[in-house]
Amino acid sequence: MADSSPSTATGADWTLAPAPESLKVPLEPRPGLFIDGGFSDPVEGRRFPSINPATESALAEVAEAGAADVDRAVDAARRALKDWRRTPPLERAKYLFRIARRIQDRSRELAVLETMDGGKPIRESRDFDVPAVAQHFFHHAGWCDKLRFLRDEPEPVGVCGQVIPWNFPLLMAAWKLAPALACGNTCVLKPAETTSLTALRLAEILREVELPPGVVNIVTGGPETGRLLVDHPGIDKVAFTGSTEVGKRIAASCATRRRKVTLELGGKGPHVVFADAAIDQAVEGIVSGIWFNQGQVCCAGSRLLVEESVLEEVVEKLRHRMRSIRVGDPLDKNTDLGAINSRAQLERIRHYLRRGEEEGAVLHESGDAALPDRGFWCRPTLFTNVQPTHAIAREEIFGPVLVAMSFRTAEEAVSRANNTPYGLSAGVWSDKGAKALEFARRMKAGVVWCNTFNRFDPASPFGGYRESGFGREGGVAGLREYLA
Amino acid sequence: MSRIGVVKTCKLYIGGSYPRSESGRTVPVADPQGRVVAHAARASRKDLRDAVEAAAKAADGWASATPYLRGQILYRVAEFMEARREELVESIRVVEGSTAGAARKEVERSIDRMVSFAGWTDKMPSLLGGQCAVAGPFYVMSVIEPIGVAATVAPPAPSLLGLVTALAPPLAAGNAVVALASEANPLPGVVLSEILGVSDVPAGVANVLTGGVGELVPAMASHRQIGVLGAIGLPAEVATAAGEAAAESLKRLRLVDVPVERSGLDDHDRWTDLDAIRPWIEVKAIWHPTSIA
Repeated sequence: MADSSPSTATGADWTLAPAPESLKVPLEPRPGLFIDGGFSDPVEGRRFPSINPATESALAEVAEAGAADVDRAVDAARRALKDWRRTPPLERAKYLFRIARRIQDRSRELAVLETMDGGKPIRESRDFDVPAVAQHFFHHAGWCDKLRFLRDEPEPVGVCGQVIPWNFPLLMAAWKLAPALACGNTCVLKPAETTSLTALRLAEILREVELPPGVVNIVTGGPETGRLLVDHPGIDKVAFTGSTEVGKRIAASCATRRRKVTLELGGKGPHVVFADAAIDQAVEGIVSGIWFNQGQVCCAGSRLLVEESVLEEVVEKLRHRMRSIRVGDPLDKNTDLGAINSRAQLERIRHYLRRGEEEGAVLHESGDAALPDRGFWCRPTLFTNVQPTHAIAREEIFGPVLVAMSFRTAEEAVSRANNTPYGLSAGVWSDKGAKALEFARRMKAGVVWCNTFNRFDPASPFGGYRESGFGREGGVAGLREYLA
Repeated sequence: MSRIGVVKTCKLYIGGSYPRSESGRTVPVADPQGRVVAHAARASRKDLRDAVEAAAKAADGWASATPYLRGQILYRVAEFMEARREELVESIRVVEGSTAGAARKEVERSIDRMVSFAGWTDKMPSLLGGQCAVAGPFYVMSVIEPIGVAATVAPPAPSLLGLVTALAPPLAAGNAVVALASEANPLPGVVLSEILGVSDVPAGVANVLTGGVGELVPAMASHRQIGVLGAIGLPAEVATAAGEAAAESLKRLRLVDVPVERSGLDDHDRWTDLDAIRPWIEVKAIWHPTSIA
């Protein structure tokens, strides 16, 4: 599929020679659980394979933490809390700065491993994920001795149980760990079942920088491990990023135990293009909004709403642009769209592709170049003739699938954009500042991007309205979630 | 015959280079017993003008660098201070006669202070700016900006901690800075300027002069390209005159009568709080109408 040759209006040949990333990352075949500063085997000895979704070849036999392991991890975090919360703030800061610097030092290795384990293009793991991870630690390092500007007497919440998803494995680990540690909490982190490897590499870095044992513990495993962690009586706060379905169950469990909780859940982000927008820029924004990370992004701009007078133009330009998106080997530096994270996720996406056609929408798929024989692949896909009642317009697909609809008035755009149980992100394109800002004000969403999309920064809070969860990560608001 | 050591020439730091004073002047730096241990450059008013010119050239670039980048660069300064801590300790100890322990403590505090300000760059906008809830259909944000070229004067003592306390806040806030090191012991300032030169601080963003407070502070106060003048522990008569001269160009002033005793600068929380940053910024309110029509 390196030979994907998108046809273009000019008929030019856009084939690129393969440009595979050459770094060979040594793999630990049977990584342990990271508990109390060391790696150990799971008590019950269970393991599960972690595979490369682009090749389906096994990368490692990952430990599955059982009840006894989660107990050990929570106990270690509890023991470590006593000293960590009393560590002078600037000393805590220096540990976090060290972590940021080591991540920068080892960024290429981390990027390659992230791509192998999760399927995302190396261009994204190298240029987005890993630099953002380092920035997140660097930013929060600086907060340690400045918490007094948020609280008179800043105190940590305590032991945090943190469960993260597979779409941005290392970045989500950073989003969880960095603010928690900055505030003096200790953590037990559970990576997603399909993407444990970079979190375990981060554990090595934590050892390198001599973070005290038990301050961060990483327990790998599947949903059962996650359940054991969030229901564990020894934790003081739960932070979860994942599906709305699981999030609701966690919210109930935390309510029963009267426990602090923050949830980052699903989304069906509206991406609104007004006729007075800079259309070419908007098209680039739409492309990044839905095909970044194979569309496996909770804040993806997956519902395109275009003012009727420019719908045809936008769809035409989008279809043209789709043809130059290269699907294939994620380790190739020219790849735009890598592998879908797992077979299960690919099945879920395919279910929606069938469903969309059954419901009467028109499917446009880009390119007819062959995809690799092995691995989990989905071409960039656009549906037109979509009704707001269609499942593909209402439900989160979590894949490279965009649905396009139209609107006639700005009021209609607002009401249709908000017509969802979710409320994580929204995008708006208009060269009229007053319109973009008023549109932003009316959005029921935690993040609104005006004339841009998919921008993230540790200084800016991220999180959802409504069924996209509650609590924020990043910014001053995110930090407060980790203060008692 | 025993080896003859190579003695460092102490110079100024202007625009990323290390010139001698254009005046050709140096001052002897003596230890407590009166033995001369070094000669420092004695900057002239012309050197000051050169430094301001270099700072003015560098100011826009530094102000528009991302806060994250500014933070990483200041952290790099701290990394190099740590790497050269023995030299910093010596520069304090030899001249001031302090114990190695006390000098080491001062160096550690100085490094920590630099680390703290490295962490301020991308946070001060959140704490010093924000939304303005105006009574109308407007989206209004108050945002902070650096003033431009800042002059900052270190107290006589503690020589290194005082200089870092004077220099780090205006730099973190995004100003290009002309700093005057302790007149009593300029040597730590010289070492720090050598550290700044290898720490990815763009040329001209930080300039360090050694010389006389009585000669240079009045010139700083009256220089029209300097937007803000801060000084810690100035003699009363110099401070008053500086204030009067600064009024002519409506220069911002931040003159802190420190507790000259050493412990006065040790308090980390006090010297790294928002009041340490406020003098070095302007606040700008940006209005934009909101209307869906």
